[in-house]
Amino acid sequence: MHKKQGKQTIVFEKSPCIIGSYSVVGPKEGKGNFAKYFNEIIDNDLYGCNSYEKAERKFLIRAINMAIASAKLENEEIDALICGDLMNQIISSSFAARHLQIPFLGVFGACSTMVESLILGACMIEGGFCEHIACATGSHFSSAEKQFRYPLELGTQRPPTSQWTVTGAGCSVIASKGSDIAITKATIGKVTDWNVSDVNNMGGVMAPAAMETLKAFFEDTHTKPSDYDLIITGDLGKLGSEVLMDLMEYNGFNLRTNYNDCGQMIFNNKQKVFQGGSGCGCIATVLNSYIIERFKKGTLNNCIAVATGALLSTLSSQQGDSIPAVAHLVLLERRKNDF
Amino acid sequence: MIFDPMMYLKVFLVGGLICLIGQILIITTKMTSARILVTFLLSGVFLHVIGVFEPLKEFAGSGVTIPIMGFGYSLAKGAIEGWYDYGLIGLLTGGLTATSAGIAAAVVSAFVFSLLFSSKTKK
Amino acid sequence: MDIKERDDRYNAYLTSKMPKTKAFPSLFHAFWIGGLICCLGELIKDLLLLAFPDMSLNVASTFESVIIIVLASFLTGVGIYDRIGAYAGAGSIIPISGFSNSITSPALEFKREGLIFGLCAKMFIIAGPVIVTGVVASFVAGIIYIFI
Repeated sequence: MHKKQGKQTIVFEKSPCIIGSYSVVGPKEGKGNFAKYFNEIIDNDLYGCNSYEKAERKFLIRAINMAIASAKLENEEIDALICGDLMNQIISSSFAARHLQIPFLGVFGACSTMVESLILGACMIEGGFCEHIACATGSHFSSAEKQFRYPLELGTQRPPTSQWTVTGAGCSVIASKGSDIAITKATIGKVTDWNVSDVNNMGGVMAPAAMETLKAFFEDTHTKPSDYDLIITGDLGKLGSEVLMDLMEYNGFNLRTNYNDCGQMIFNNKQKVFQGGSGCGCIATVLNSYIIERFKKGTLNNCIAVATGALLSTLSSQQGDSIPAVAHLVLLERRKNDF
Repeated sequence: MIFDPMMYLKVFLVGGLICLIGQILIITTKMTSARILVTFLLSGVFLHVIGVFEPLKEFAGSGVTIPIMGFGYSLAKGAIEGWYDYGLIGLLTGGLTATSAGIAAAVVSAFVFSLLFSSKTKK
Repeated sequence: MDIKERDDRYNAYLTSKMPKTKAFPSLFHAFWIGGLICCLGELIKDLLLLAFPDMSLNVASTFESVIIIVLASFLTGVGIYDRIGAYAGAGSIIPISGFSNSITSPALEFKREGLIFGLCAKMFIIAGPVIVTGVVASFVAGIIYIFI
């Protein structure tokens, strides 16, 4: 048990590190705030496919292939692919894995998948079971609309609390050595449900989960938010991140100085996305572009990434259930020694 | 009388007002479009049963028949007329008979246009 | 604090945090688009009566609905109706054109799942309830009307 700190936090002594990363996004994201950070912007979000589901898969395959290439590895050298997405039965991930022929672990954590897969991958590296692991996830606006909301051509207004699913995929390749961006700690979140059932207010649904996980992390590690350079959440959006700051303040933590939300940052104000971006692809693309880039430039020495996911299905919400949410946390730090 | 400007004014105001009530419902209750359609359709049936719809139709023409309430009105009117003409069978067939043109037009055009076009991503 | 109290407090807090919709412009948009679609219907009817003076008012009204329905279906297919909807909200949902849009849009969306189980089967996912409640209500209304 010596690799555990407090109740929920894991400490990686060997500090698995991110040796390769890649982000590929759709046209709308490519006009947003991070246009210059994304590795690749695809002009047409069908990506040459005949359905949005197939396009989502292709985004994912592209991100994984290029992340592996950016780590100067071959697909055969990757010991495992840990991947998930929002589609029913995570078809995007498993079909991408069918194409890639890398040993595959499918995970589902809704929009928390990126961090969930990083935690699992880091554990496998730390344990010495694998040498290189690819952790990936992606989402697509049009396939998510079709599965969770309405047909695209239905003439209806989006409510002001709604968010816009990010079209794009991101992949990180992690290994035991080879880079100074290390995963040093992780907190696995509990499923949190504060009885919110509004499917159009995901920020409000997921903010308590993010609060619980952050609080557990700070208590386990005896640190406070100001000890870190940057704290990011996945896709709480504008409203959700304000709620999170209020909740943290209520619990005695001040997030107001060094906190931001990927969903809030990814689109600019002119893009009519209401509360901002959402979906697995949101933190996956931002983490693998903007955050990694800042580490490389040296403007960031440590960063807490919390990915939040709403664990609902259309059936559960139609049956009147409230929406459970989960949040997972990883701490990325610049590794000083042995590099 | 056709092309009566007063009529157009009434159509515009009444039709607009009905949609405005719908928009208030959407904002205050977060109703989805299927629920809005159902609510207004039922209100058309109800208004006909209490005998208000026909005078409204006299007054505002398309202003009340083009909103989905008009569809509810046609269904109810058809069922009631069917009863007087053909008895119980008429009660069953009347509603759909009266609205069959609209439903068939919607189904056929949906079928044809969805073969011709595909849905596009929103920007 | 017990869980129920926490949840209730949180939900009340969330409600207070809700972004205020700019209600007035959206009401105006719904009003004028809705009114305009109704006027378009009236215009179609008048034009039909002008072109075919022998046509009965009933037939003209039916044609009026049919033309609006087909037009809305076409606008849905070419991807314009949803933009009108985003602007007008109820103004383009409540007119019969919104009914047509609610049938054409799922048909377009699920076309890729095949003709039978996709396009045809999913056509009524939004409009189905409208037809079901309409038929049931008209039957009930008929009975009420007859026996009261």
